[in-house]
Amino acid sequence: MSERVMARPVRARGRAEREDGTPAAVPRGRRAGRRPPRWSLLLRYLLLLAVLALTVGPFLWQLSTSLKGPGEDIYRYPPSLVPHRATLANYGEVARIIPVWDFALNSLKVAAANAVTNCAGAALAGYALARMRFRGRRAALVVFVMAMLVPVESIMIAQFVTMRELQLNNTLLGVVLPGCIGGMNVLLMRNAFAGLPYEVEEAAFVDGANAWQRFVRIALPSVKGTLAVVAIFAFMGAWDDFLWPLIVLSDQSKFTLTIGLNFLHGTFADNQRLVAAGTVIAVLPLIVLFACLQRYFFRGVGEGAVKG
Amino acid sequence: MRTHRSASPWLFLAPGLLVVAAFSLYPFLSTVAHSFTDARTLTEGRFTGGANYRELIQDAMFWTGLRNSVLYVLGVVPLLVVLPLLLAMLVQRQIPGITFFRAAFYTPVVASVVVVGLIWVWLLDDRGLINALLDGLGFGRAGFLSDPWLLLFSAMTVTVWKGLGYYMIIYLAALANVPRELHEACAVDGAGAVRRFLTVTVPAVRPTMVLVAALSAVNAFKVFSEVYLMAGPTGGPGGEDTTLVMLVQQVGTGLSGRVGYASALSVVVFVITLGLMLLVLRANRREDA
Repeated sequence: MSERVMARPVRARGRAEREDGTPAAVPRGRRAGRRPPRWSLLLRYLLLLAVLALTVGPFLWQLSTSLKGPGEDIYRYPPSLVPHRATLANYGEVARIIPVWDFALNSLKVAAANAVTNCAGAALAGYALARMRFRGRRAALVVFVMAMLVPVESIMIAQFVTMRELQLNNTLLGVVLPGCIGGMNVLLMRNAFAGLPYEVEEAAFVDGANAWQRFVRIALPSVKGTLAVVAIFAFMGAWDDFLWPLIVLSDQSKFTLTIGLNFLHGTFADNQRLVAAGTVIAVLPLIVLFACLQRYFFRGVGEGAVKG
Repeated sequence: MRTHRSASPWLFLAPGLLVVAAFSLYPFLSTVAHSFTDARTLTEGRFTGGANYRELIQDAMFWTGLRNSVLYVLGVVPLLVVLPLLLAMLVQRQIPGITFFRAAFYTPVVASVVVVGLIWVWLLDDRGLINALLDGLGFGRAGFLSDPWLLLFSAMTVTVWKGLGYYMIIYLAALANVPRELHEACAVDGAGAVRRFLTVTVPAVRPTMVLVAALSAVNAFKVFSEVYLMAGPTGGPGGEDTTLVMLVQQVGTGLSGRVGYASALSVVVFVITLGLMLLVLRANRREDA
């Protein structure tokens, strides 16, 4: 049941890419006859710009606030988006008050670890589920589906108790562990592997390659796109997570950026410039990462889809 | 595929199964078990039967939390079903620069909910941009973050704003599967844009709408961060804006956390979440038949 839920958008997404990516799929001649009128295109761009202002505007306003010096009234009316005399002083000040770079480093460690473990663990399990026949395969699949169905919010207290028993509370390892191999990622990888043609592996098998060799040399290189999607989602998920680190971490030196920001917000709620600088530090790396990888990201979603 | 008699499949599965068993399934079972005890953070607790559940029914905070979480679903889901669809239609056509717009509309999804929450706190602050504009236009200022009801709606706005791009991508995929011929045939028959939307697009993407409804309902019901950031850890004055998950976090953590009682609350969260999912999926199955 849940598999259906997952499979659907992903599979459909692939077609979207194909159709949108290659407009040639649509018979050209038929469309050329009825080109949309010029005003409708103009209207479309106007709407796009309006939505752009709504979605990106708040980020720009935050950026602008973070660049305004103490001499400038940030509550001024009419508000001005462009700072009078842009300054980076607020960034230095934030770093002086809270160890924001340490927080960022903690976030980076957690997010990178999450991306690596999810890729490795989900690829291994997904490969076994898709490519090996053995007793208990269905049962194993059901376990991952069930894990995916249990909302984190309803088990976080028990996870917290488990972490305490393992003496991992207030450590970064404790932040990483619960999400280090997601059930959904296992199913994504399984779909990607299941979509590969089997003949190549069969040939390798005849040549005497064992399961591990077939996995590493043949299967894995063919699902790079899906791996990238899993990595990006895992990285972003961990970098952005708030609730679980809030529960596990108590010592300021272990804080991740999101928790540190919440702390900054609570302590220096009056100085909006500093809070703004903090949020920019937290969000900028991710936006840059996404901007760089988005091509790869959308292509990867397509790959898992078409073949899955 | 040949049947493996060796252990190798299990070696491949071991890390995943281990993690999932230790950090999802075991905590789930232990949540259910704890919900019948009076366990605290540092003490094991004794079996108390249904005492936690009885207490829960009489707990005013529980009802406040439940009310807010349900309100959240009711407020957020219709918007998240409709608005991203319109947005997807807007970015569907391949025109110059459209990949930029798509990626840009996705930015709020990429940003952490904490960042998003703090950005909106700044926008909705008594002296923030939106109030400054309202004031400047002569409407006066509104207590977006101080009035308990307005605060809940403000948090919903943030949730919708952050979710738009995510569901837009899902809809984009569905839209690509709508046969163009249908639109053209309809246009030849003289149907206007609105008419075509209602008779061609909506029926074609209805399964996706159901999916989006399910996903957004489940997520809305579990809302934590938006309200936590905007209303503060205690959910505003008198806890008026506390949601169920906020309550779980408040009650169950810390050195004197009431693990047993928080577990009972968690079980309620789980049951309602599952119920929401089944409800929507069942509606979907009827649609398919």
